Amino acid sequence: MAGYKYEPFDYVKPPELSGAAPGRYPVAIIGAGPIGLALAIDLAQRGIKSVVLDDNNVVSVGSRAICWAKRTLEIFNRLGVGERMLEKGVTWKIGRNFHGDQEIYSFDLLPEDGHKYPAFINLQQYYVEQYLVERARDFPDLIDLRFKNKVTGHVDHGDHVTLAVETPDGTYEMAAEYYLACDGAGSATRERMGLDFTGQTFQEQFLIADIEMEDSPFGENAVPERWFWFDPPFHEGKSALLHAQPDNIYRIDLQLDVDADGKAESAPEKVMPRIKAIVGDKPFRLDWVSVYKFRCIKLDRFVHNRVIFVGDSAHVVSPFGARGGNGGIQDVDNIGWKLAAVLQGGAPAELIETYHEERSHGSAENILNSSRATNFMTPKTPVEALFRAEVLKLAHDQPFARRLVNSGRLSQPCSLAGMRLQSPGVAPLEPGQPLLDAPLDGADGPTWLIDVVPPQFCLIGFGEVDLPEVPGVARIGINTIRDYPCFSSRDGFATKRYGQDGVYLIRPDGHVCAVFSEPDRHDVERACARAQGKMMEQAV
Amino acid sequence: MSDNLGPYQDDFYNALMDAHAGLSEEASHALNARLVLMLSNRIGDIETLKDILEKAREYNDE
Repeated sequence: MAGYKYEPFDYVKPPELSGAAPGRYPVAIIGAGPIGLALAIDLAQRGIKSVVLDDNNVVSVGSRAICWAKRTLEIFNRLGVGERMLEKGVTWKIGRNFHGDQEIYSFDLLPEDGHKYPAFINLQQYYVEQYLVERARDFPDLIDLRFKNKVTGHVDHGDHVTLAVETPDGTYEMAAEYYLACDGAGSATRERMGLDFTGQTFQEQFLIADIEMEDSPFGENAVPERWFWFDPPFHEGKSALLHAQPDNIYRIDLQLDVDADGKAESAPEKVMPRIKAIVGDKPFRLDWVSVYKFRCIKLDRFVHNRVIFVGDSAHVVSPFGARGGNGGIQDVDNIGWKLAAVLQGGAPAELIETYHEERSHGSAENILNSSRATNFMTPKTPVEALFRAEVLKLAHDQPFARRLVNSGRLSQPCSLAGMRLQSPGVAPLEPGQPLLDAPLDGADGPTWLIDVVPPQFCLIGFGEVDLPEVPGVARIGINTIRDYPCFSSRDGFATKRYGQDGVYLIRPDGHVCAVFSEPDRHDVERACARAQGKMMEQAV
Repeated sequence: MSDNLGPYQDDFYNALMDAHAGLSEEASHALNARLVLMLSNRIGDIETLKDILEKAREYNDE
């Protein structure tokens, strides 16, 4: 029982401190957590160079974010780490809610087959960061990883940002066209700029304990699931959550009293009896303990001219629903291609503003869901407690009441339907929705839709339709034979999800942005222009 | 709101009182909470429910 072995990343003296002139880079990414690293890789895959600056030199200490949703895994698939995460992670899809010692409700987050990735995997944040750092090293000319480089100041000059950076060898200055603040919930960038970050604060405290044990607390032969208890016999009057992670690590999350002393509660002599109450006398090792409170809050604006906030620096939510890390990766997915399009001169700078619109909308959805879950879990008044108690009582045999029980509504991909980059249209998968994966057969054998759609604008045609040739737009045919790559729908999943005929235009982040029946070149060019922010005035 | 209980107003009102008969105040509150939840499920339509919640609340604010 050793636990994860933390290997510090090498600090390398930056060129600016070895006599080189202050560098000017297309993109500076502040923070080498999952968000900053994923963004650097996304940009590198689009040919954009970035410098990643982090004040630390190790991966996340403690497992922290562990639940990675299907959509996130599909994005990680595009970034080249999805399969590795899937292989290491613990796959699960069932959430089970208990009241006392009785099960009251379970939900299946992916009831249908025909997807490369499962509903969820659990994988410690340190593994995710390790895999992302290793992947980033595949792009030595495009990603400049600078550990122990702390950004202590920045100034936005209108068309670029200058940064002051502190290292073990002294301080230096550099400049970047865009400054991506991926510096987390406690963002120093946000504080320097004095941006208001107040929102709903929850008084309840929660204890997270990760334990390593040989015997599964889910029981012998049990499939890993998400178990949530209201008022469990081992932790009366409060809530508890159990998750499985790789390496025989289990996440236990216990609600504490509002006025509990956080420091005393995280002491092993206080934590051990709480864990023993759950797992009994089976031997275990405490791997990581943390006591936390949380807020649900987002910045009014994610884009401040050349400074862009991504991930927790822009929005934080309660952990129930796994909407923090998963929301942040969707931010990366949204900003990456837009930033690349603007920097490469193919799109107007206004396209960046649509990152704010689309992801502020996604973040609001996450905050709404996680606030509602937290409110249900922690009744604030006697009457809230009364309704909660009666919902739980009814949930034992009334199906409608089971669905009122809210232990967290788990992260679902965000739809961008109705937003201005999307051309309105009607189809089984409406404009704004992210790609729905499906199994395909191709010339090289079985594959997946998410593996064959390239990270650029792409037309997918179903049935016997001719896709026009448009510069910069890839083409894929399903259930047809053409002079561009074609596949057949395996077991009917693709045609069930997209229809037997019809044409979809996919954005570089995998969201549908237009649908057609038989488009000509002009139709596609117009929809692409709109999706790149070139028709902002016309697009109402 | 339209009047929907006629002609059995008295039957309904007495049945409601009977349902509470013999309960402590706490138990009656619990019964009321269950009734709200079950009746809401029977109505189902979210706009109708929001409308009723709003109208009922108005009497608190008078």
